[in-house]
Amino acid sequence: MSKILSAFVFCMLVWIAVTWAFDTTSLVLGAVLAGAIAFSLRNLELDEVPLLLMPQRLVWALAYIPVLLLYVIRANFDVAWRVLHPRLPIRPGIVRAKTTLKSPSARVLLANSITLTPGTLSVDVLDDVFYIHRIHVPEAAPEADMQRSMDTFEGFLRRIFE
Amino acid sequence: MIDFGEPLHLIAYVVMAAGLAFDIVGCLGLVRLPDVYNRLQAGTKCVTLGTLLILLGVLIRFGFGAMGVKALLCLWFIAMTSPTAAHAIARAAHRAGFPLWKDSVVDQYAEDRAGSKEVAP
Repeated sequence: MSKILSAFVFCMLVWIAVTWAFDTTSLVLGAVLAGAIAFSLRNLELDEVPLLLMPQRLVWALAYIPVLLLYVIRANFDVAWRVLHPRLPIRPGIVRAKTTLKSPSARVLLANSITLTPGTLSVDVLDDVFYIHRIHVPEAAPEADMQRSMDTFEGFLRRIFE
Repeated sequence: MIDFGEPLHLIAYVVMAAGLAFDIVGCLGLVRLPDVYNRLQAGTKCVTLGTLLILLGVLIRFGFGAMGVKALLCLWFIAMTSPTAAHAIARAAHRAGFPLWKDSVVDQYAEDRAGSKEVAP
């Protein structure tokens, strides 16, 4: 029951954010829709959501955003430089990297973070191995290099989810 | 003419212009880079940040009203879905047998998948 209720509250907040109208008609319509969505999602696994509401996890989640943003901006200048360079200085390949994260949500966010950051794109996850396409594989120790950039994200995600 | 009125509006337009610049580089990357995987790199990075910056510009320009909150929601959805979509396309392309660019240096995914096939009964 609490699961349906929290999904209802979440849907209602999104509805209000999207419509930004506070007259009775739209609020009632929103409540009906939010109720229908919350009811149809009653079997969805949301076990990790209550964990996220713990204060110290929220703080780490908020701290993660600027860190990720910094990497994203660096990634963009890196890719933009390679695209605009007349000789196209790329050295692509797919490398593997191991993760120590256990929680599925943390792994999803890790894969998404990898995709958004410098020259790396998550291709697949098999067990605890991530396969990552890199636009420029360094000549020396490619696996250690990838592991290093994953460790930064893992540190944050472990504090948020585990 | 555009009315730059308040300094805040000017900031908003600068942010939107930066977003456009990244979008253009992303599109250029789609044309210039050699294979589907490298093109996805341009598509996920430059185009995601470019679009996010344009939406951020909208948020700055219009504030937390009907428009600004929608922009904020779109920011969140794009930031979450764009890398996921890129991953799905890259994985599907690899499984469908699309080769990496001829000068690619390594493909450990293909190595491991070939290895597991031999083990499987």
